[in-house]
Amino acid sequence: MLRSKDTILAWIQAAPLAVVLLGFLVAPIIMIVIVSFWGATEYSIYPDFQFDNYAFLLTSPVTYTVFFNTFKYALITWAFTLTIGFTVAYFLAFELRSLKWQIALFLICTIPFWTSNIIRMISWIPFLGRNGIANQTLISWGVIDEPLDWLLFSDFSVILAFVHLYTLFMVVPIFNSMMRIDRSLIEAARDSGATGFQTLWNVIIPLCKPGIMIGTIFVVTLVMGDFITVRFMSGSQRANVGRLISNDISLLQYPSASATAVVLLCTVLLVIAILLRFVDIRKEL
Amino acid sequence: MTTISKVRYSRRSLLKAGGAMAAASALPAPMVWGQETKNIVLRQFGTGVSNLNEVAQKVKEDLGITLEMTALDTDSVTQRAATQPDSFDIADIEYFVCKKVWPTGNLQAMDTAKIDNYDKIVGIFRDGKLTPESEIAQGTAPHSVGFVDGPGGTDFADNESGWMTLIPTIYNADTLGIRPDLIGRPIESWTELLNPEFKGKASILDISSIGIMDMAMVCEAMGEITYGDKGNMTREEIDKTIAIFTEAKKAGQFRAFWKSFDESVNLMASGEVVIQSMWSPAITAVRSRGIPCVYQPLKEGYRSWGGGIGLSSSLSGMELDAAYEYINWYLSGWVGGFLMRQGYYSAVPETSKAFMSENEWGYWFEGKEATDTITSPFGDALAEAGEIRDGGSFNDRMGAVACWNSVMDENQYMVRKWNEFISA
Repeated sequence: MLRSKDTILAWIQAAPLAVVLLGFLVAPIIMIVIVSFWGATEYSIYPDFQFDNYAFLLTSPVTYTVFFNTFKYALITWAFTLTIGFTVAYFLAFELRSLKWQIALFLICTIPFWTSNIIRMISWIPFLGRNGIANQTLISWGVIDEPLDWLLFSDFSVILAFVHLYTLFMVVPIFNSMMRIDRSLIEAARDSGATGFQTLWNVIIPLCKPGIMIGTIFVVTLVMGDFITVRFMSGSQRANVGRLISNDISLLQYPSASATAVVLLCTVLLVIAILLRFVDIRKEL
Repeated sequence: MTTISKVRYSRRSLLKAGGAMAAASALPAPMVWGQETKNIVLRQFGTGVSNLNEVAQKVKEDLGITLEMTALDTDSVTQRAATQPDSFDIADIEYFVCKKVWPTGNLQAMDTAKIDNYDKIVGIFRDGKLTPESEIAQGTAPHSVGFVDGPGGTDFADNESGWMTLIPTIYNADTLGIRPDLIGRPIESWTELLNPEFKGKASILDISSIGIMDMAMVCEAMGEITYGDKGNMTREEIDKTIAIFTEAKKAGQFRAFWKSFDESVNLMASGEVVIQSMWSPAITAVRSRGIPCVYQPLKEGYRSWGGGIGLSSSLSGMELDAAYEYINWYLSGWVGGFLMRQGYYSAVPETSKAFMSENEWGYWFEGKEATDTITSPFGDALAEAGEIRDGGSFNDRMGAVACWNSVMDENQYMVRKWNEFISA
């Protein structure tokens, strides 16, 4: 009797979150999956059950180019954000002695987040442009004679913007993991004769794995789902999966957009599943 | 263009209109309608180009009709006209959109006998000819989708049948915009867009239906492709066109592509791009920053577009009469003058003349030298005394249209090829 009462109570406690997730996460995804089988004309969509959208998607060379680009952006951005994020977090966690300074500098890291994503991204455009500050400065220093065109509207500018936008998502979880490392472990490593690098490699990094993994999931999903950064920073000259979807939507091709979204979702889930094979976040948290 | 939502919504006026309509249907007395128009509300939607609040204010002053305006981008306009017939009374759409939307039956044909200035509407919208000698351009020419056989007609008529689908309101001829100060030599042909001289300094718009036409103008000018109809290409023509531009893209010809009006202005003003497809108000915006920019007339001609207003098929009775009154007011000159002073053209230019100064008329319409500073209706100085309009007079510009904006039969195929081009 008592047990069933507990069960009911547990259900009630879980219900609000379950309802929210069902209504705002599961239901929309089911809708997208359903619509991805529909048909479309120039200006309308009609219920149907056809595989045309998927058939076209999976046989078109555009899809493969675009998925390749998406992975390329994700991988390069990940490498940079991890290196920078780990370094910053290491500095905050181990180099600074006082908690006051740690908190102060950590807050400074978050300042850029007080402005909108789009503004932080667009402000690179006048900076990197042909007549922008970067080129003018380099020319006045005599480093270059001609403005560098590849600074803007290129893969370089896209990745630069991604790294700028998303590094903090690496810093925060890694910093969090580092703060939980028992300092006596590091002392023990040093006492046992480990060099600084050996301590880093054999003690700190393994213990930071959950943080690294959470940061990785953030960065990879954000980059893979993005479309606006790629559009602005490449001057519409590069495409990733997000742009493919947004193009379809603006042309009223919702079923085709849904099909692409489903494939993207599966891909991202697959990537995360693989990542989770390396680290059991739940166990280590 | 940009997505701006400017819904003017007054609950009170709606309630009043509802009451008036109920009264009118209970007591059908035609003579009361003179006073009743004060309470009539018409819901209009269209692109930001012509859905201007100034028009709604003026129509309220002159006729007492309340016009609720909604400005959307081109794609959303098409979508709404086709899928939400009950959400509007008046559709302000482009002629090529009309080709898609008319078959849905959401619009009703208009009786030209009720249009006061019908006889003065320029020939482009009637028999397709600006002057009796003109040749009709390729693409979806407005007159080809401008008439139907009768009030309930579903097929487009090839003559002036007396039943119009859209009443033309605004149109213009588009070409390439250039930075004369950074180019430093005359530009005369569309081929210059792919001239390696401008490597990394050219741009084209990333709106497939319009971009493909600009591409076609270039390919034809280069002598690479001869099109049957640029406005309705075959798959083979689309393939060849995209192939030429993909090659240019891979060779680094383009600095960027633009999708919104503001992007085109910034690319040009910052000097990232010196030659690109552009729209006339964007040229104005660059110039108003004090940067030289020319809407360069080219020997192969212009790519033109036109819009008009259509009536929802659910309009009837007093509201329908009010809509006709609105249309007649639209063509009577004030709106025409307002639009022409921004560089567009009015369907009945001669009525607009009364609403423009002699200097403005001479500059915008006749292609004469400005005798004084030309300002836009919003107060920006657009030209100084002694300057002439790029491309010259109305007849010079509209007489040199090579192609109209259009929808191709192979539209879906084209869009797919366009995606390949962008991701190449």
